[in-house]
Amino acid sequence: MGPMVLAQEGAPDFPVLTALVLVPAVGAVAVALIPRARAELHRGVALLFSSAAGALAIYVLAAFDKNDAGMQFEVNRSWVADFGISWHLGVDGISLFLVVLTGVLFPLALLGSTPSHDAKPYYAWLLLLEAGCLGVFVALDLFLFFVMFEIVLVPMYFIIGGWGYARRVYAANKFFLFTMFGSALMLVGIVALAYLNRDAVEDHNRAEAAELLAEQGDQQAVPPAVQQRVDELQADVPLSFDLVEIAEGRTVTDNSAGANPFDWAAARWIFLAFVLAFAVKVPLFPLHTWLPDAHTEAPTAGSVILAGVLLKLGIYGLLRFGLYLFPDAASFFAPALVTLGVIGIVYGAIVATMQPDLKRLVAYSSVAHLGFIVLGIFAITTQGLQGGLIQSVNHGLSTGALFLLVGMISERRHTREIAGLRGLQKAAPVFAAVFTVVMMSSIGLPGLNGFVGEFLVLIGSFLTRRWWAVVATTGVVLAALYLLWAYQRVFHGEPDEENRHFPEINWREGLVMAPLLALIVFLGIYPKPVLERMEPSVDRLIEHVEANSDYKEPPVATEGPLVTAGDEARDQEAGG
Amino acid sequence: MIGILGSLAQPLPVDPVPIERPGVDWGALAPMLVLVGGALALMLASSFVSSRRSNVGYTIFTCLAGLGAIGAAIPLWIEVTDDERGPFSTLAGSVGVDGFSTFVTFLLGAAVVLAALFIDDYLRREQLEGVEAYVLLLLSATGGVIMAHANDLIVLFLGLEVLSMAAYVLAAMHRRRVTSQEAGMKYFVLGAFSSAFFLYGIAMIYGGTGTTNLVTILETFSTTALTEDGLILAGLALLLVGLGFKVAAVPFHFWTPDVYQGAPSPMVAWMASGVKVAGFAGLMRVFDVAFTAYAVDWQPLIYAVAVATMLVGAVLAVVQTDVKRMMAYSSISHAGFILVGVQAATDQGVEAALFYLATYVFLVAGTFGIITLVGRRGDGHHSLDDYRGLGRSRPVLALVLALFLFAQAGVPFTSGFFAKFYVINAAVNAGSTWLAAVAMLSTVIAAFIYLRIAASMYMADPPATPAVGARDVSAGPGESAAAPRIAIPAGATIALTACVIVTIGAGLWPGSIADLARDAVPVLVTFG
Repeated sequence: MGPMVLAQEGAPDFPVLTALVLVPAVGAVAVALIPRARAELHRGVALLFSSAAGALAIYVLAAFDKNDAGMQFEVNRSWVADFGISWHLGVDGISLFLVVLTGVLFPLALLGSTPSHDAKPYYAWLLLLEAGCLGVFVALDLFLFFVMFEIVLVPMYFIIGGWGYARRVYAANKFFLFTMFGSALMLVGIVALAYLNRDAVEDHNRAEAAELLAEQGDQQAVPPAVQQRVDELQADVPLSFDLVEIAEGRTVTDNSAGANPFDWAAARWIFLAFVLAFAVKVPLFPLHTWLPDAHTEAPTAGSVILAGVLLKLGIYGLLRFGLYLFPDAASFFAPALVTLGVIGIVYGAIVATMQPDLKRLVAYSSVAHLGFIVLGIFAITTQGLQGGLIQSVNHGLSTGALFLLVGMISERRHTREIAGLRGLQKAAPVFAAVFTVVMMSSIGLPGLNGFVGEFLVLIGSFLTRRWWAVVATTGVVLAALYLLWAYQRVFHGEPDEENRHFPEINWREGLVMAPLLALIVFLGIYPKPVLERMEPSVDRLIEHVEANSDYKEPPVATEGPLVTAGDEARDQEAGG
Repeated sequence: MIGILGSLAQPLPVDPVPIERPGVDWGALAPMLVLVGGALALMLASSFVSSRRSNVGYTIFTCLAGLGAIGAAIPLWIEVTDDERGPFSTLAGSVGVDGFSTFVTFLLGAAVVLAALFIDDYLRREQLEGVEAYVLLLLSATGGVIMAHANDLIVLFLGLEVLSMAAYVLAAMHRRRVTSQEAGMKYFVLGAFSSAFFLYGIAMIYGGTGTTNLVTILETFSTTALTEDGLILAGLALLLVGLGFKVAAVPFHFWTPDVYQGAPSPMVAWMASGVKVAGFAGLMRVFDVAFTAYAVDWQPLIYAVAVATMLVGAVLAVVQTDVKRMMAYSSISHAGFILVGVQAATDQGVEAALFYLATYVFLVAGTFGIITLVGRRGDGHHSLDDYRGLGRSRPVLALVLALFLFAQAGVPFTSGFFAKFYVINAAVNAGSTWLAAVAMLSTVIAAFIYLRIAASMYMADPPATPAVGARDVSAGPGESAAAPRIAIPAGATIALTACVIVTIGAGLWPGSIADLARDAVPVLVTFG
């Protein structure tokens, strides 16, 4: 679709989101076209394109209007007209920071690790992966979203399978099949939803047409204006895959929010098809078994992206295509999802404690952290949602950084076994200090970013899911247990012969870690810029859920952690 | 006695009633004539040229015949899609020309060209030079085109037999390999059985309706309802057996893995593309058009067959180690997916099935084309291990195969994704949501084998070079004596390029093919 979209870029407004998705894709092609002999160019070109995408993401952040709860930078072009499929992109407070996270993390992951062999396909796949991930976060068309969600599998499959560790083929296959299994049913769900929506709109329109005609009384002398309206209403409704249209209800007459017209019983089944896809990706408790294998066997950059970005595709899906699209079904199934999330928190933490392999430990810690995020989201409160979202960003930063550090250890020592590492603090104190900060962020130490997210999640879920929140709190304690214990075994003590010459962090690694550390500290001390951009959209989402289901947010939660301009705007709106 | 003879010799007292001869619209028959004429001309010409070096000439001629059939069909396409003129029939209503038959002719023409390009190098490599393969290929395609145009069950049967007879011999084409002979024999014996079933089905339909003409059948059922329709139902079931055999639907699939494995690889490319397209053309013509009145009766039947075909194909593919057998089972699974479109019994379903077939022709022909190349001399390197390290030794070839495999798995931005999407759409719109769900699950199961092949190509090291021996001296660096470097001849390059263009093109702009498929919804045209 590349050339087609480019050809349409004559529009006066620069379609920054289209560019955001296409820049890495073009980069992938560019890397693929550089001959193998010019090996030195591959890395540079890949870095250039991913940095360009990162810069575009930062531009979106800078130009983002923080008082607007709706979609910004929208692009809407027809792609497959017969089926109402469009290239519809947009960003709001919910997707904004995931886009920025993706834009930032990819160049760092590229910079932070080098492939063991065959640099060219490695960089090409990574750039393609970036295009897919960004596409998922900005897609506002169900079909386009699915396409992006699916295409991500292929590059990740090759990255794990081609550049991973010993059991890479097994891990890659498992990753691909698990995720594809989840999304296979989602495609059926998407199609079923589109037809359901069309039929509902048609029924609604026909009923209204009949009403209009009945009002006229005399069938012979219908005024032309009314007749035209009736014809309009009786016309066939075209199929549409547009997310906003389907979620907010589409009728010819009223555009009132909450007119979501279709059969909720069927929608619950479709919701389950969607949730299955996202639950595999997140991953939720019983479907998580692909994660430790994929994370452990993937090369460092692969693990960073997997944990930092790919898991967020599932979280984002749950929010945008779960809560937003199926408010009723989501609040109906919320207890089950929250329960699975809490099981994940405790289970992930316990299993992480027992891991002999440092990378596997970090992988299982992801299961626990993602459980927190799911708990926050399906608490359906302002704080819970904000906490879940900010925790998604935090997890991307801190776990991404942890995987980078573990990758550095593994590069230096050619082992990731905790038993084989000892006393690294003596050999490399700066490295140990960096590791400590990142680890503390992951544990949730106040003052660092992890605390903000976990705290908001716990506040938010305490309001609606008290006992779940209580159990989840143990997860915070367990996180301290497994990470501190691992730290103690790896960094403390006297280094033995093999670990005595552990090299200190070098300038390139420092360059990679510095922005991550800066963000970890900044978000921990001053999360307001992030929260205030999220809040209008989060509030709007909750209002949408309340309007379309029996759910009511407890009054104490309606005031967010910050009273921002968004609230004032909302109050005015409510008043007017 | 003499008197009788004498009276016969006498001119009849009344004026003889002129026998009404059916009109023959030669233009409408042009695609068939090009193919069958090409086959005969090729056979004739071959006796005048020395056989050793004329292989390339035969290939070019066959490709031209295939393209000629497409070219001959283009004016027909313009005519039948024109709103004022529309579909028409000829030969007393036994041959119908509509968008559907023309579209299928396009596909068969393309399949002929692809198969011929793959056969070219194969014959030279296996020292089997000769004109027979090309002639049989063209004849088989003629049968397929006849099936697509059939407006009468007898014509359908004629087409089926012409198609199959040639295909049986093609399967046995490798004279020196017992497996090829065995494949041909198996295909023939089982195929003959299925033809018998098909013929008996026609007889029953005739018994029930008094006609074999599909138009008359459709009209009969639109005006009358039979109180006793057991004969019709039995006939329909038997027709399903005959056509189900050709498209390799479960439970009529048992021949497929054996024949695909044993038959020469480029011939399998034809069987999996051309023969399958023709089989589905017949199936859709009979079930989705002529017997729409009985949709309530046959839909559950096809529903069950589709579920069984998809799942059996996918599950059994997973346990194979021979790539040709894997792809055979995978083609069974794809047939099941296309049946989902047939089962919808709507225009949208037929459209989706046609789109699927159109993209699948290129996917499967390309895949078996690469299998032919990797098979190397002797056509024997078909185990998963023979694909090890292909990503390193032949990166472009491996990438192309990976593209075809991922397209078959339904990965976005490839033709295979939209093919599945359209079928799912049709199924959901027809109310078969659960069938759509089963279809997608079968895709996931089948994806495993595509991943296995991809993993073998990219994630396993090339087979270890055997101990240095006298023969290794001749081999270049990095090549092992056991498996000489895979050659990629020009013909295959052209064919694979075409397949790649279609696969990616239809993945980005599906409208290009979908629009054609929409105009190709079959109709039945009354003779008049």
